[in-house]
Amino acid sequence: MHSSFTSSVENPAIEQETRTADEIDLPWQVVVHNDPVNLMSYVTMVFQKVFGLTKEKAERHMLEVHQQGRSILWSGMRERAELYVQQLHGYLLLATLERTN
Amino acid sequence: MEIRRQGDCIEISELDPFLAELLRQVPESTNTDGVEAAQQRLFSSPAAASEAEMCAEWKLYVEPELRRLFQTATQTVAADLQQLNGSTKPFADCTLRIPTENSDAWLNALNQARLVIAAKYNFSEGELCDHYRSPIGSRRDLGLFQVNFYGFLQEFILHELRGER
Repeated sequence: MHSSFTSSVENPAIEQETRTADEIDLPWQVVVHNDPVNLMSYVTMVFQKVFGLTKEKAERHMLEVHQQGRSILWSGMRERAELYVQQLHGYLLLATLERTN
Repeated sequence: MEIRRQGDCIEISELDPFLAELLRQVPESTNTDGVEAAQQRLFSSPAAASEAEMCAEWKLYVEPELRRLFQTATQTVAADLQQLNGSTKPFADCTLRIPTENSDAWLNALNQARLVIAAKYNFSEGELCDHYRSPIGSRRDLGLFQVNFYGFLQEFILHELRGER
């Protein structure tokens, strides 16, 4: 009996499940990467459409992508971040989801 | 070639046979078959390789949706391009009218084509920015011309969508 109790407490599956839930709740960020083919005006238009940014803000992010190689467009919960990345891929932009450290 | 807004359409007139042929090639140019680099570019990974589970789910659920989206855009463009097949004189200039409601599909298909061609010929950033390149001498040069020509059309469509004059 004792042995069985110890075994269920130490069951690594529970530990794993808890950790996964924590990981999902971590803030995630939507990152857009530089691509020499996509036009600057096109990238700006996509940022405006997907994130509802003003033209000025969209252009700032576009220039950051162009000059620094990447720009963080949004951060928050994973589900929404995934949706943004999916939309950006639909417009053929190079976008990824990253954990916020 | 002349390009202007005409009511609910973007009209490309005085299209010479060469440019008309490049336009006809838009749908075909989006084909990634046999071009691994193009496949990888159009269906790029949503996260780092360490996020294996997320990447696997993406392949399973999101990629088919993206394929459908890209295919729909290409089909819309192919339907608009039917206008270029009706000319009785094969070497005459022709006119193409793109309904503004199809603008998003055109932007998407032109972008697909540009990315696929660029991946196929592995153009460098320098080549893509060189707008004063010497005349077309090879299939690769033609590819670069196509990328730039399709980019010019994208710029014009974007310009019209923003309502700039």
